[in-house]
Amino acid sequence: MPKWGLSMTSGKITDWIVAEGAEVSKGDDLVDIDTEKIAGALEAADSGVLRRIIAVVNEDVPVGGTIALIAPAGVPESDIDEAARLAREELDSGAVEEVTGPVTGTVQVGGRTLSYATLGDGAETVLLVHGYGGDKNSWLFVQEPLSAGRTVHAIDLPGHGESGKDVGDGSLDVLASAVLGFLAAQGIERVHLVGHSLGGAVVVAAAAREPDRVASLTLVAPAGFGDAVDAGYLRGFAAASSRRELTPHLRKLFADPAQVTRQLAEDLMKFKRLDGVQQALDALLATLLDGDAPAIDAAPLLDKVDAPVVVVWGRADQVLPVTNAAALAGQAQVHVVDDAGHMVHMEQPGAVVAAVVGAVEAAAGGS
Amino acid sequence: MTHTLPTRPSLGLDEGGLLDAYRTMRIIREFEERVHAEFATGDIPGFVHLYAGEEASATGVCARLDDRDTIASTHRGHGHCIAKGVDVKEMMAEIYGRSTGSCHGKGGSMHIADLSKGMLGANGIVGGGPPLICGTALAAKQQNTGGVGVAFFGDGASNQGTTLESLNLASVWNLPAIFVAENNGYAEATASTWSVAADNIADRAAGFGMPGVIVDGFDFFAVYEAAGEAIERARDGGGPTLIEVKFTRYYGHFEGDQQTYRGDEVARARETLDCLKRFRERVTESGQLEASALDAIDVQVADLIEAAVVEAKQAPMPTAADLETDVYVTY
Amino acid sequence: MARMISYREAINEALAQEMQRDPSVIVMGEDNAGGAGSPGEDDAWGGVLGVTKGLYHRFPGRVLDTPISESAFVGAAIGAATRGLRPVAELMFIDFMGVCFDQIFNQAAKFRYMFGGKAVTPVVIRTMYGAGLSAAAQHSQCLYPIFTHIPGLKVVLPSTPYEAKGLLIQSIRDDDPVIFCEHKALYDTTGDVPAGSYTIPFGEANVVRDGDDVTIVALGRMVSVAEQAATELARSGVQAEIIDPRTTSPLDTDTILESVERTGRLVVVDEASPRCGMAADISALVAQHAFGALRAPIELVTAPHTPVPFSAALESLYIPDAQRVVNAVKTVTSWER
Repeated sequence: MPKWGLSMTSGKITDWIVAEGAEVSKGDDLVDIDTEKIAGALEAADSGVLRRIIAVVNEDVPVGGTIALIAPAGVPESDIDEAARLAREELDSGAVEEVTGPVTGTVQVGGRTLSYATLGDGAETVLLVHGYGGDKNSWLFVQEPLSAGRTVHAIDLPGHGESGKDVGDGSLDVLASAVLGFLAAQGIERVHLVGHSLGGAVVVAAAAREPDRVASLTLVAPAGFGDAVDAGYLRGFAAASSRRELTPHLRKLFADPAQVTRQLAEDLMKFKRLDGVQQALDALLATLLDGDAPAIDAAPLLDKVDAPVVVVWGRADQVLPVTNAAALAGQAQVHVVDDAGHMVHMEQPGAVVAAVVGAVEAAAGGS
Repeated sequence: MTHTLPTRPSLGLDEGGLLDAYRTMRIIREFEERVHAEFATGDIPGFVHLYAGEEASATGVCARLDDRDTIASTHRGHGHCIAKGVDVKEMMAEIYGRSTGSCHGKGGSMHIADLSKGMLGANGIVGGGPPLICGTALAAKQQNTGGVGVAFFGDGASNQGTTLESLNLASVWNLPAIFVAENNGYAEATASTWSVAADNIADRAAGFGMPGVIVDGFDFFAVYEAAGEAIERARDGGGPTLIEVKFTRYYGHFEGDQQTYRGDEVARARETLDCLKRFRERVTESGQLEASALDAIDVQVADLIEAAVVEAKQAPMPTAADLETDVYVTY
Repeated sequence: MARMISYREAINEALAQEMQRDPSVIVMGEDNAGGAGSPGEDDAWGGVLGVTKGLYHRFPGRVLDTPISESAFVGAAIGAATRGLRPVAELMFIDFMGVCFDQIFNQAAKFRYMFGGKAVTPVVIRTMYGAGLSAAAQHSQCLYPIFTHIPGLKVVLPSTPYEAKGLLIQSIRDDDPVIFCEHKALYDTTGDVPAGSYTIPFGEANVVRDGDDVTIVALGRMVSVAEQAATELARSGVQAEIIDPRTTSPLDTDTILESVERTGRLVVVDEASPRCGMAADISALVAQHAFGALRAPIELVTAPHTPVPFSAALESLYIPDAQRVVNAVKTVTSWER
């Protein structure tokens, strides 16, 4: 059972996508899991055969508990039986060893408090930057896989999550300064930046200001490229004052509207009710939109960046349509992902993880 | 310790102040007499409770107050409103239920208020005012304005629990509050000599840890003197005072009251005790003011009241659109 | 990273944060500090159940103990509110409303309307309600329906610590007189509450649980009773939608009606006694506006028409429990003409 997000303590199996005995490749969807906050599919971390399913449908399993066994076909059945027995015993006893999630902390940058979560340890450092109205938890399916052998930070931008809510004039500069300030405060000299939506424009702006610090850029449905945007979504998100008003807008974020759970909408409303958030969202809205058109033009900023750029976009993105990716064609590898909307890092996290890994490798390759 | 203040010649009031005092009392008198006459024609809806005869109390106290200060009043509130500076024409319009009234026709005689002038409203609940004044006095203290709160209440309200609790609270919290018990001898149809257990309402002051004083309510200068002392004490942080003003009301509890419970005190009072007469006598005998100046005021006031009634009668009524507005600040 | 604090702490935090932010906020009530004039500790109690503890020393001069004279100090809070302060007065038990009700319903509630829209009275009256602590008839009532009846008042019933903090901050910032009702048996319940300040708007119900088979509207402490019932009902395949109105005045009728349009069945759970209460009020609104959607009569689960009994054997019968809610849902789901 994976740890998706800082507060997850257990998940419920809702459907085994793969049957016992079937061959699986790394990255295949294995099982659907429901948590309090989100529903998602766990992807296979290895290739092999799904030899045994341990946790059954509707079972609640604590994070870290073994739910299935994948092994090469050649492993003897008796070994599988023994491992399964131990795994089942551990689940039944309720004493699953606690899995530590990301380490959280805050840092003062430019008079503002920034909250962050760090997972993993390795030579390469990755920084994940969320989009408008999001927070560091939106990387919950991506941070863990990436953290194998890498140091992966996720921050809350000013106005968001647990960071201070003051956003100054709400300009791209303020946000880019926050990112660069975080890196300086943590002594990170070289980083792979990953940004989603508004966060995409932010990391481009940050990279343009300090190109020597940025080893690669992975842009996930970034703002600032192309001329299409669903202004109604952005305005509706900012203005919604109840879960009922917010939910129809949230559905536009996903290819699969069932991703919009009550808990997701409720958590967003709790965020929106915090002192200062409304002002922050309104200020940022002015940065994002000029009337009904996008106000950010990040293309000239990207020209200043030498590092490899990888772009991931959901084909069914309703907020920033995938047609915007054409504006990046000359400068980046663009991966269009099926069965994904604007929140591609939540609906098809494997594709985003692969893109980031690709960017890191391209940077290592010195291209 | 209760004491009765002997009447002394006017102190601290210059010519302008004296003219203002006379004008205020005259406005109150003419306003009430006119309402009495108009009410009898059936043109005025609801209940009115007239202050005629009591003018010296409201005038003498409010002459010591400014915009920092608040007053709370009773159902017999026209005099307090006028003395605290509420617009006379708006008051008349309110009594006629017009949209141009002080409360846009939604309050009526018993609820005329002007919070911008610190007038917390006439109050339809006997004893409703004193707790509110504990509040405004508390606010003045917390905000350091130097302001005071004055609770006017009647002999009837002097027995109400809210009043007694307020006297206690004002002392315990050392509030800049002045409690003015206007004892006009009757609470509705019941004599105060019967309903008030003590000999004087002011005797209760000691029981609540504050000074008490009895004042001749027909004597503007006596009220002015006593109020001045109490208000100064309050402004200086010396806490609350209870002033008992004794006088009589010229009309019934409400207009329409046949007053069969009364003797002949009104006729006597109008003849020999009337506050306006006594004021005029004193200031002209002492040479402080010319009679002609007072006459001029009488004429101006008559015109003002006439205009107020004429305009009120012509003013528009509130409409259906006004019925449900202003229940809340935010909906 | 859930930050679990109690309902009591959430209320204390709301007061402290608002007093920190806005110097016009003051607190007053009987023993809100405790120890006034006594030789021992100041802030000895911090409120009879400790809700206002600590504020006295943190905000000198802004936490006022009062003599036992509700009409005077509740009236004072109201009067002070007309002069730019934002007082939070405590009516220790809602059962004591009788000794100060005039100041609340005839003065505060009516100033704005009676004075033609010229008065602003931003007073909050915090008060404890509810049975379950064997406090007996005069210390256990649910009298919020009486306040709800009065135009000009707003009435708030938080059901969890998260609700309590956000709704109290909203109450203090609201410019109208607010009656903030705290269920005394909820003080020790805990929940996830953000550390920062936040508000929850009035007149916006919380859909605590989604479901398509029946709508349960529950108030205050009854929200958790409804949740227990819903868990049991789910075992037999009945999915209940639970709505917590949060505020009875203003009341979010839209959310309730939308839900009933979908489920066709309504159960209202209210700990208050049945005549002229919220259960009857909500029932009438739904019958009036969603009659065509109803597939069964409305079931009301309330206390009986009695004072609150003392003996635990009787008090446990008095307070609506999950079984009664389950039974009511079974009635409406099995009803046939």
